[in-house]
Amino acid sequence: MPGLNNLQRLEAESIHIMREVVAECDNPVMLYSIGKDSAVMLHLAAKAFYPSKPPFPLLHVDTTWKFKAMYEMRERMAKELGFELLVYKNPEALAKNINPFDHGSALHTDMWKTEGLKQALDKYKFDAAFGGARRDEEKSRAKERIFSFRSAQHRWDPKQQRPELWRLYNAKKHKGESIRVFPISNWTELDVWQYIYLEKIPIVPLYYAAERPVVNRGGTLIMVDDDRMPLLPGEKPMMKKVRFRTLGCYPLTGAIESEAATLPDIIQEMLLTKSSERQGRVIDHDAAASMEKKKQEGYF
Amino acid sequence: MDVSDLIEKDILEYLKVHQQKGLLRFITCGSVDDGKSTLIGRLLYDSKMIFEDQLAALESDSKKVGTQGGEIDFALLVDGLAAEREQGITIDVAYRFFSTDKRKFIVADTPGHEQYTRNMVTGASTADLAVILMDARKGVLVQTRRHSFLVSLIGIKNVVLAINKMDLVGYSQETFDKIVADYRAFAKQIGFENILAIPISGLKGDNITEASTNTPWYKGPTLMRHLETVEIEEQVRSAPFRMWVQWVNRPDLDFRGFSGQITSGVVRPGDRIRALPSARESRVARIVTKDGDLKEAIAGQSVTITLKDEIDISRGDLLASAEALAGVADQFNAMLVWMSDAPLLPGRPYWLKIGARVISASVTEIKHKIHVNTLEQLAAKALELNEIASVNLSVDQPIPFDAYTENKDTGGFILIDRMTNATVAAGMIQFALRRSQNIHWQAVDVDKSVRAALKGQKACVLWFTGLSGSGKSTIANLVEKQLYALGRHTYMLDGDNVRHGLNRDLGFADTDRVENIRRVAEVSKLMVDAGLITLVSFISPFRAERRLARDLLEDDEFLEVFVDTPLEEAEKRDPKGLYKKARAGEIKNFTGISSPYETPEKPEVRIDTTKMTAEEAAAFILRQLEDRGMLMGYRVPEDTTPTA
Repeated sequence: MPGLNNLQRLEAESIHIMREVVAECDNPVMLYSIGKDSAVMLHLAAKAFYPSKPPFPLLHVDTTWKFKAMYEMRERMAKELGFELLVYKNPEALAKNINPFDHGSALHTDMWKTEGLKQALDKYKFDAAFGGARRDEEKSRAKERIFSFRSAQHRWDPKQQRPELWRLYNAKKHKGESIRVFPISNWTELDVWQYIYLEKIPIVPLYYAAERPVVNRGGTLIMVDDDRMPLLPGEKPMMKKVRFRTLGCYPLTGAIESEAATLPDIIQEMLLTKSSERQGRVIDHDAAASMEKKKQEGYF
Repeated sequence: MDVSDLIEKDILEYLKVHQQKGLLRFITCGSVDDGKSTLIGRLLYDSKMIFEDQLAALESDSKKVGTQGGEIDFALLVDGLAAEREQGITIDVAYRFFSTDKRKFIVADTPGHEQYTRNMVTGASTADLAVILMDARKGVLVQTRRHSFLVSLIGIKNVVLAINKMDLVGYSQETFDKIVADYRAFAKQIGFENILAIPISGLKGDNITEASTNTPWYKGPTLMRHLETVEIEEQVRSAPFRMWVQWVNRPDLDFRGFSGQITSGVVRPGDRIRALPSARESRVARIVTKDGDLKEAIAGQSVTITLKDEIDISRGDLLASAEALAGVADQFNAMLVWMSDAPLLPGRPYWLKIGARVISASVTEIKHKIHVNTLEQLAAKALELNEIASVNLSVDQPIPFDAYTENKDTGGFILIDRMTNATVAAGMIQFALRRSQNIHWQAVDVDKSVRAALKGQKACVLWFTGLSGSGKSTIANLVEKQLYALGRHTYMLDGDNVRHGLNRDLGFADTDRVENIRRVAEVSKLMVDAGLITLVSFISPFRAERRLARDLLEDDEFLEVFVDTPLEEAEKRDPKGLYKKARAGEIKNFTGISSPYETPEKPEVRIDTTKMTAEEAAAFILRQLEDRGMLMGYRVPEDTTPTA
């Protein structure tokens, strides 16, 4: 009888982590970004507590600028898996109509995502929030703990993180403090795709190549997902067979030209590709340490 | 077919193969000087985990801040936090990922010097294998010993000795062989048996993925090949079934399941299990998962188990095979690695988390700390950051456990500061100091009560304590003679005699005195198990050790006999002339003179030798034994009753 393989070990570890949080925290929530990592996380949560329903709600910190297909997936998944779904939009960002075109990607992300998330956590008094971040995504994430502690002001202090030994997670915290928990920390991009394939997990169709209207902005292909997208003089959306490696706000997410229309195609393309996953994210094209700064400020 | 060909030509076949890929977690031990970051960077690079955009960034970084004169500096690939990079310090454990067509790998990279012990222990706790890196020019250094000791402490059995920078010693076999021989001599001390030594160069790539032409004398596998094929110990699988209950799963009134991750062994429906610490027994009804019920679940799987009987089980209980129960105890000896800036203080309460259980605990005694570089045992009153010690630990309720060497998940624990909530220590249970009463152990056909009954007695320890020359041995001798005359089965352990044999390696320093008593306590426990009335005559000056001896036995099996003779009186008698020598400074650490005697607080029997003769004292002790039913019906003649 063989031992557990890689995916089985990862699955069991993620389930273990989720159960620890539910057992030790008062009011956990699962952050749902609707991307492939979130899809895996939801799938694991459904397994972790079966036959019970997952004993926490889903929280989508909405920017109002996600792809339409993502909103459709969000409603469908919450219903199918039996989650309560909370959607939070930063009222200040809403009132000021913050958007990536007029205000730039930095302010847009800060107001909608970073601030929005803090407000939502405060509003519902969540003391633990599951996130789908992985250690292989980016260099500074390699050192992130599975249980990541945030002060009452939501700040992350790299020097105050706790050592994590064996399978023992210390979830003790003071009132007002919270934990970000990353149950799929040890998964790689390939693991995520293989698991989606193996478990037949539904994902947003934007991951598959199809003819889509795009414009080329400084070498990045941006999909014109709705009529809020201001076109530059003379700019005309062109139909190209494209897909997305990561999903976020549509004006900030670059598409790649691709023929990959099935999961095996996607995995094949990923394995043969020469550029890393986060390259498609406009937000990351800063200094090498940008993610770290964002994390200290409270960006997930 | 080459892997990338397979990906291109038959992705479905590739996926099929790769879904069965195993996972190996390993730790690399060494400092920046040993070329650790370069080696890890090389492994990532050689396994093609570096994308073009990352490679471009690497090339530009190598020119800007690299240390290889503009050549690719692999070390930069594994560089981490911004604060670190700026200050040139490292503060953590980083986890790196790569995979080959055989396995996926997670590398725990623990850079830094300051926090080294803490970080390394953390990284090693989840590792299946350790790569100990050495600089071929330098050989076995103090840090090599330290790394190896920590690896052995955390219980990693697979060790690779990577002798790096072979290019700088001309790929000399002689150099390599000498280092390996030096290392093996040392490795024996810490119990490493299976070590594979590989001559490598992280910088040049020798014996990393390709067998190097520079080392034709080396016939073993390359580092990557070994990592891909080494068998990971399956001991956890063959061990008895254990699962901590993490969460009680109650979707409705009809279903009550216990969710957890199996830490060891195999479980099947119908298996007899017990919930510890209550020891209530039931059988496994179902092993429930969302993908359907399982016929069998193995170590590592996260499942939900339902039982045939309604027994009270909550989070933190341990489900264990009824055929091979875990222990239950509330006092332990454990190895502790201190990880906090604030020192460990014995007696102070901390939270202890073991499995899914959080309870209150305090360290009752630091037995000794261990110098990580020399392995020397040193006395200690407190533990500072990164210090390691053998401690006695007391928890406020009995908990299930196994020795750490048997099972990491039922023997490993963390301590949490109650004020700051910080994780302040990692601990490894070695053994229990006292077994809890409420466990019903598997019946042994011949046990100590049966053995004692055959002798018409109840086994016990009479522990004579008192100053040198107080009359312990004299009284103990008389007691034994009378017991013998009554046909009772006895044995006498005398301090002087035992020090000539079993304990002849021990001196009189505090740590040795503690060990002296520990051994005698263990021996007396065995004697009791054999059904004997055991007389122990030892000065045993410290309360803690007498307590230890007491804790090894059941409540009614230990009688502390305090032979109370004032120091002046004992010194006046001075039967062996020892006090004279001690006063003259010829004997160091002499109890009562230059080393303390801690008076028993509640001895079962107190003998005041200024008011009783030795014969009266012996008779008095016999009466005590009779009153406690230890002699099973024997009555002490009235006329020997002491007048005092």
